[in-house]
Amino acid sequence: MNVTTKMNMKPHALVLTAPGTNRHPDVMFALELAGANASSLNLNQLRDQPSAIANAQLIVIAGGFSFADALGAGRLFALELSHLVGDALRTAVAKGTPIIGICNGFQTLVRMGMLPGASDAALGHNESGGFQCRWVTMQPVSKKSVWTKHLTQEIYCPIAHGEGRFTCSDSTLASLQRNDQIALTYTTNPNGSRADIAGVCDESGLVLGLMPHAENHVVARQHPQFHRGARNGLGLHLFTQGVLHATS
Amino acid sequence: MAGGSGSILLSQHISVTSQGLDPRAAHILQAAHDLGISSLQDVAITDLIFFRGSITDETRTLVESLVVEPLLQRGQWNVESASADFVIETALHPGVTDSITTELTRLATRMSLPITGVASGKRFVITGNLSHAQLQQLTSQLLANPIIERWSVNEPITPTFIDADATASTHVEHVQIDVNTSEQQLAEINKDRGLALDPQELLALQQHFAQRGQLPTDVELETIAQTWSEHCAHKTFRAAITTDDGITRPSLINQLRATTDTINAPFVRSAFVGNAGIISFTPGRTIALKCETHNHPSAIEPFGGANTGVGGVIRDVMGAQHHPIACTNILCFGNPDTDPLSLPDGVFPPLRTRDGVIDGIADYGNKIGLPTVAGAVLYDPAFTANPLVFAGCIGVSNTFVDQVAPLPDDRVIVLGGRTGRDGLRGATFSSMTMDASTGDVSGASVQIGDPITEKLLIDLLHDAKHLYRSITDCGAGGLSSAIGEMAEGVGADVELGDAPLKYPGLAPWEIWLSEAQERMVLAVDPQNCAELQALCAIHGVEYVDLGFFTGDNQLTVHYNNKPVLKLDTHFLHNGRPQRHMHAVMPTPLRNTPASAPQWITRQSPVDVLLALLGHPNIASKANIIHRYDHEIRGATMVRPLVGAVGDGHGDGVVVAEPTDDFGIAIGIGVNPWYGILDAERMALAAVDEALRNVVAVGADPDNTALLDNFSWGDPQRATTLGQLVAAVDGCCQGALAFNAPFVSGKDSLNNEYVGTDGERHSVPPTLVITAITHVPQAENTVTSDLKQAGNVLLLTGTTKPEFGASHAAMICQEPLATSGVVPDFDTSAPHRYRQLHQAMMQGLVVACHDCSEGGVAVTLAEMCIGGRLGAHMILQSPLDLATDLYTLLFSESLGRHITEVEPHNLAAFQQLVGQSQIFGTVTDDQSLVLPDGAALSMQTLLGAWQDGR
Repeated sequence: MNVTTKMNMKPHALVLTAPGTNRHPDVMFALELAGANASSLNLNQLRDQPSAIANAQLIVIAGGFSFADALGAGRLFALELSHLVGDALRTAVAKGTPIIGICNGFQTLVRMGMLPGASDAALGHNESGGFQCRWVTMQPVSKKSVWTKHLTQEIYCPIAHGEGRFTCSDSTLASLQRNDQIALTYTTNPNGSRADIAGVCDESGLVLGLMPHAENHVVARQHPQFHRGARNGLGLHLFTQGVLHATS
Repeated sequence: MAGGSGSILLSQHISVTSQGLDPRAAHILQAAHDLGISSLQDVAITDLIFFRGSITDETRTLVESLVVEPLLQRGQWNVESASADFVIETALHPGVTDSITTELTRLATRMSLPITGVASGKRFVITGNLSHAQLQQLTSQLLANPIIERWSVNEPITPTFIDADATASTHVEHVQIDVNTSEQQLAEINKDRGLALDPQELLALQQHFAQRGQLPTDVELETIAQTWSEHCAHKTFRAAITTDDGITRPSLINQLRATTDTINAPFVRSAFVGNAGIISFTPGRTIALKCETHNHPSAIEPFGGANTGVGGVIRDVMGAQHHPIACTNILCFGNPDTDPLSLPDGVFPPLRTRDGVIDGIADYGNKIGLPTVAGAVLYDPAFTANPLVFAGCIGVSNTFVDQVAPLPDDRVIVLGGRTGRDGLRGATFSSMTMDASTGDVSGASVQIGDPITEKLLIDLLHDAKHLYRSITDCGAGGLSSAIGEMAEGVGADVELGDAPLKYPGLAPWEIWLSEAQERMVLAVDPQNCAELQALCAIHGVEYVDLGFFTGDNQLTVHYNNKPVLKLDTHFLHNGRPQRHMHAVMPTPLRNTPASAPQWITRQSPVDVLLALLGHPNIASKANIIHRYDHEIRGATMVRPLVGAVGDGHGDGVVVAEPTDDFGIAIGIGVNPWYGILDAERMALAAVDEALRNVVAVGADPDNTALLDNFSWGDPQRATTLGQLVAAVDGCCQGALAFNAPFVSGKDSLNNEYVGTDGERHSVPPTLVITAITHVPQAENTVTSDLKQAGNVLLLTGTTKPEFGASHAAMICQEPLATSGVVPDFDTSAPHRYRQLHQAMMQGLVVACHDCSEGGVAVTLAEMCIGGRLGAHMILQSPLDLATDLYTLLFSESLGRHITEVEPHNLAAFQQLVGQSQIFGTVTDDQSLVLPDGAALSMQTLLGAWQDGR
């Protein structure tokens, strides 16, 4: 098989950005390593080519500070996306396209109601009261999420957020547990999230939202204990799962 | 002047209160108790958003859905506060950068809501029996800052909205300066207009306008004042200085330049020109580096001052045609435990300043998406009234070509943020001594940054490299400096009427001099304008064409076609007479004693070590470092925090793209206390420390470029200038010793504060040296944490009883003056660092930490903490435990590292690295055992070292 056909077999991953999104290069690097062809579109570009959503085999809402977190993290990004491509995104999910929102992307998906959110759940200010950047360990839990169901090992990667405390009502928590929608949990809770929740998925298992930046631990050298010989917990596996599902 | 253009109207407001605990409240409560306001029992915070317009229920519902998160918050319309002991309401001055009002205004327009104005504020409901004075103190020091907001007590605040119909006087004033103007009249004009010019400069200016035969306009005067300000023209560094021995020296800037020329390093692409230094360690890749100060603004508005300081230095790197990749900062504050009652008027408590500055740095760096990787935080009473904020930025390029001057007919294009009254006269302001009223009179000199707008500029310029001829950023002096500098030797014709404004009503001189952030000025070939404009539309960057470069060497400015300024660019940039200054050189103590001083040998080594570990300059900085995103970009390979549980202090940091096998190390050297005793040795020590740091992480000392940043007192004082001259001498000696050229630098002088008591508070001579060094093999970098029990510990370098201005002296309360001799430079260090680097490249070193504040004992304790391992100090040569023990443990002699080596590599290491002495082994018994047998458990070390706040 020659290189070009190999290239053609790579799924196309589309990364969506807003003014203030800043981790899209990191996640694009992770997606390429995971075997995808990644490209990004900002809201102005998306306005001109809404069909990009339908043409993508994997969709990412990248992390950062969209609209400077004005009116709450992810609020305005969610408003713009719903307005521009809300239906297209729901159609994409209906036809099986995996979607992931990381950090600000998670906050955005929740506010869009594409994850347990709107009135059921929200991401509030960290218990510590401010922005925190530190490394955390996540356990893959959900066997429903296409992103986590085949993960066997924990993921070690940094958080970098001020509003990551997952909050929800008792009934929502019960239904998340019942439906196996709790995708990832913290081994040590860094922000006061309910039930140590680091990431949740939608009922289809295709849409995943998480706070930690798995995209910042995709090569061994990025491990903070690399100099002590540590090589565990690559976040790359999460993206590999998404890409594998997109190819299948 | 800030927000002067406001009009007061009846309005509606929504109050948004957090349902759970509001973390901001806990913070204020803590800070208030630090201020001694113990009667404060509780604070409840509510965010207020005010709307002007005929707002219907429908609009209210929509707005509420936008600003209230039902699960976490409660929103109420037009409800005043319930009765409480006190209610303070604040509102931002109109025009102060505020993303809430910006975004709501944008949405209102797009959804065509009947909203004609938005303003934001806060309500603090206070429980506690506070005295009037305490309430005043709480409000002015913790709840609000008159620089950016107004407040009301026990009554609803009336918001001030931007006046959409404001108009400015476009009148151009001619100032009476001609042949007949007396020196006294000139001095009065100088004072009244806050020009901050020297008498000789006023005379040169008078002569120029007399020759021109035309009175200067107010805009022309302001432009000259900005261009000739200490901040922009570096008059002291360019001055002819006569020292007390009667010798007149070349200017300090030429001395530094000559040193760089002498070293003639092959990797230097551009030094001391343009916005940043440019170097290249690897073919096809260039690195831009710059470090700036933002001291005065951070003193009066800590958040905004530090925030815009970071934004400014990032633009310097963009202005050098490089893509920013990392930020650094060095911060100096008063002691955390300063008695609030002892504070000079108009001075914030050190912790209030510190927290505001750190918030400001974190807010800008985290939002713009750059890792804040390296830094230092120093505390000393001398910084209480004059906090220092050094902000650095590093950028890379794979396509750099040396910048060329604009050509006639190139367009003058301004990109990015809109122009407001922000930061008017910032350059002259930062060149003046502060007093209690500085906050009031220079209020407009401080702004809040908008990192998102600057982030869009970064992305745009990344894609637009091929579309402009030259570029610079708008810093101090705004358009007047940026366009003025670009127009040097070519000339430009500018129409201010075309500048997009944040709000109407700006006078021509305000537009021309505004220091509104996040703006870049480009010289663009007319045939590229369309493509650049299209790219700006995609990236959401505002593009405006303000005129063209002429070729007539005249800087010409119009407002709505009316001329407001016409200056000869040669006079503007070269017409300033050189300053002549007098310096009295310091005469420091230089004779090193034979043994450790008595003031330390009276103490037990254990007590001294524990006190050192708890000293705010040495104790853990983890709480601060976790506020900064140091992980974004995934390239931070040796982090500011290292070790088994990620809380150990590193030396330098290493940034290496995951796709590269090489990287760069960043090291920082600073010690103001040495500067007080011996400015020359301080500079040498700072250069050595910066090199020690980069060598310790695996960087190649022979590929090092340096930055110098001086924060000093008033150089008109001969002794203060003498210290500056001595420090520059030390810098140059250090650079020559290491063959490490300076490529850029910055000086911030007049860091003095005149209290209402009339007393001058000056900063100590504070020199920050930043080293940027090539890391040939990212995989072979080294961290400071101990790795494995059984490994051997070696001390490289020579230890002498050098205790002058040491941290040991500070914790023993020994006055600096009698503390001893400042450590001397070790001329064998450069060679030894080279050998140590060889050993690291051969994989012979598993841990390395440099010895600095607190000496060997602190270094080893930090290595134990980082690795959560113990160490047993064993000495080959017998010691006179009475004194030598103290010297070994606590002297701050330069040129030393502690390295951890595996036993089977010991012979190879010692063969390679000279002056390396075995002095201990790594143990797994979780305790640090000193040579006299005294043992400190890991728990004890951590207890002393981990900072409370």
